[in-house]
Amino acid sequence: MALPTRKFDAVIVGAGGAGMRASLQLAEAGLKVAVLSKVFPTRSHTVAAQGGIGAALGNMGEDSWLWHMYDTIKGSDYLGDQDAIEFLCRMAPQAVIELEHFGMPFDRNEDGTVYQRPFGGHSQNFGERPVQRSCCAADRTGHAMLHTLYQRNVRANTLFFVEWMALDLIRDASGQVLGVTAMEMETGEVWIFHARATLFATGGAGRIYSASTNAFINTGDGLGMAARAGIPLEDMEFWQFHPTGVAGAGVLITEGVRGEGGYLLNKDGERFMERYAPTMKDLASRDVVSRAMATEIKEGRGAGKEADHILLKLDHLGLDVIEKRLPGIREIAKKFANVDPVKDPIPVVPTCHYQMGGVPTNYHGEVVAPANGNPNTVVPGFYAAGECACASVHGANRLGTNSLTDLLVFGRASGESVIRFLKENPGHKDLPVDAGDYSMQRIARLDGQTGGESVFEVGAEMRRTMQAHCGVFRFPDMLQSGVQKIKAVAERAKRTEIKDKSKTFNTARVEALELDNLIEVAVATLVSADARQESRGAHDRADFAKRDDVNWLKHTLWYRDGSRLDYKPVNLKPMTAQTFEPKVRSY
Amino acid sequence: MKFRIYRYDPDKDAQPYMKDYDIALEPTDRMLLDALVRIKSVDDSLSLRRSCREGVCGSDAMNINGRNGLACITRLADLKEPVELRPLPGLPVIRDLIVDMSQFFKQYHSIKPYLRNNEVPPDKERLQSQAEREELDGLYECILCACCSTSCPSFWWNPDKFVGPAGLLAAYRFIADTRDQATSERLDDLEDPYRLFRCHSIMNCVDVCPKGLNPTRAIGKIKDLMVRRMT
Repeated sequence: MALPTRKFDAVIVGAGGAGMRASLQLAEAGLKVAVLSKVFPTRSHTVAAQGGIGAALGNMGEDSWLWHMYDTIKGSDYLGDQDAIEFLCRMAPQAVIELEHFGMPFDRNEDGTVYQRPFGGHSQNFGERPVQRSCCAADRTGHAMLHTLYQRNVRANTLFFVEWMALDLIRDASGQVLGVTAMEMETGEVWIFHARATLFATGGAGRIYSASTNAFINTGDGLGMAARAGIPLEDMEFWQFHPTGVAGAGVLITEGVRGEGGYLLNKDGERFMERYAPTMKDLASRDVVSRAMATEIKEGRGAGKEADHILLKLDHLGLDVIEKRLPGIREIAKKFANVDPVKDPIPVVPTCHYQMGGVPTNYHGEVVAPANGNPNTVVPGFYAAGECACASVHGANRLGTNSLTDLLVFGRASGESVIRFLKENPGHKDLPVDAGDYSMQRIARLDGQTGGESVFEVGAEMRRTMQAHCGVFRFPDMLQSGVQKIKAVAERAKRTEIKDKSKTFNTARVEALELDNLIEVAVATLVSADARQESRGAHDRADFAKRDDVNWLKHTLWYRDGSRLDYKPVNLKPMTAQTFEPKVRSY
Repeated sequence: MKFRIYRYDPDKDAQPYMKDYDIALEPTDRMLLDALVRIKSVDDSLSLRRSCREGVCGSDAMNINGRNGLACITRLADLKEPVELRPLPGLPVIRDLIVDMSQFFKQYHSIKPYLRNNEVPPDKERLQSQAEREELDGLYECILCACCSTSCPSFWWNPDKFVGPAGLLAAYRFIADTRDQATSERLDDLEDPYRLFRCHSIMNCVDVCPKGLNPTRAIGKIKDLMVRRMT
């Protein structure tokens, strides 16, 4: 069945920070661009970011992009590509200044410049001491940034398709990407968005875990679409567990709490991070802090009746600092933890937060995949930015604040790359005759399915499996059995059944289609994690306790077809700076 | 726990109706949204919007026991049973608890919600004193959930003409920003019997705002500025 078609110069899937920074670039260049989003743009998950945007502005004391670059490479446990990291850190100050010019309500210093707070893993002079690099708006930086970007897009007359869910990528026989199929949620209609360039800014998939700081919409749609279209997923074994999710609720408490002077305590009231990271203490990188917390709990020094959490103390900051710098945290702690942090510590546990891996790209935001002997061959017409992409600037562990920097820098860069590509490639290539058939088959399968399992049940089994088999600490037997289990869950997901058959705003159908995407991510994660025989960044194995640069200083590539793995080298050559050679990592 | 939920699917229902649910909750279900997710796990046809589940994205605004609020930060323990849930009042219902928010966003867009400054920006950030920046507190935090505008009788009667509390709060957010140069155009645009002056300060907006913001005060400040420029 031929689907109705709309034609655009470019289609962007996702209207979070990266998608809207890219769309701004395209709309202001006068191009015909469509931005598809499952939710109204200001509801995208960027809105939940709290602590700040990392950029070496040097407003609080001496700072340089080179120090930021060193911190990011060290934070990545040397798995990050050094050309992309140099690009990120060099472009960061300009990205923040631009955002300020767009109207972002940054906090200010007495001299009127943008206020910056300390954050985990960010240091002065190559690890000497903590530095204030995080540009923030109280503890609502993501909210302020997302609204500012939306507002600027309103000014630019960007065309949004709100509550449209992209379903599948369209590629022709040569592999060029020609757009997506997408479903309008209100009517259930499926359309083809025929575009000369397609940019994914679909965010992460933190909902593969049961305990997650992520929003319900973070279902890895871009990763699922890319994987089904034959694009590999890179470094999917690396998931960041944020040290401070509210115990039981999963809601995020910003690292900015520790940046402003808060610290972690075990049940004995000991400030245990001093033992694990003598220099940076509570401001060590997130993988280090989360592992330290999990170790304290494992060794019986957790707080509470069940000895199952850690305490985040900040009452000593005083009411004024908390109200001025951390008002949202106070609100969250009262609502979700029943404590007022002005008086009592917040119970926290490491909680799944961020996906370091994703669709492989270079630092121009062009999607790359192995072809003709080159592991980084550009896939024509296809771009990705933000959490769904793997440039790779975060490597095996992302530094706090670098996610928002990533959205701004690579949102803009990918937009610029699309503009260049459109200039060089005028005119739409013809759609393949079967474009859209695959999506329609998926929907017909769902509509016709009887005797299947509920989406909720299968999803819950996926989340439990990931939580139990692929968490902060990873064990060989659990990884192996996890791979078998998650593949079994993936089989069950092929037969999910929804009772709701309505065309109008059928959220049961949306959730079923989202589960298809989550499952791809979950399988990719476990298979990649099982194969990587070392401990690096957020991937910590009991049987291979050390980082192994001889055998494993390389990126994983997972292909959906046969759940096959491939690898490609890490780029250790920066654009202009000297290589930072892998060293033993300590904070 | 008992719930009565407004149901309407235009594909099959001639009329909206209230459906009763009695659902066993788990100890971890603390917020209303947790209960709704549990209900949806047994009746997948219940439609609602939700995303961040921590009160910052603004998706799950609804009418809860007669009062607008966000399901994700409304404690179950604070609710009287049966918990009666309806879509936000005054907007067309698409399905169940999902309303058509076009009119709400149209009003938000009508105030030109972006910084207007035609000067060439400096190489660095524009400077703003801490006191000037504090003027934006209580304004920029709006999450566009529409709890306020859909609790306002003036917005119910004239959603096409009255900007409503959320849009006016945003208008004042830019008027109050020292970096914005369009104050007089913004005031001109609002000097209208409907756009601004349909607000009669009954403060329903303040009462329901889940972020604790005060649109009435912002509206008052806009009115003050208008009076001041006339004299």
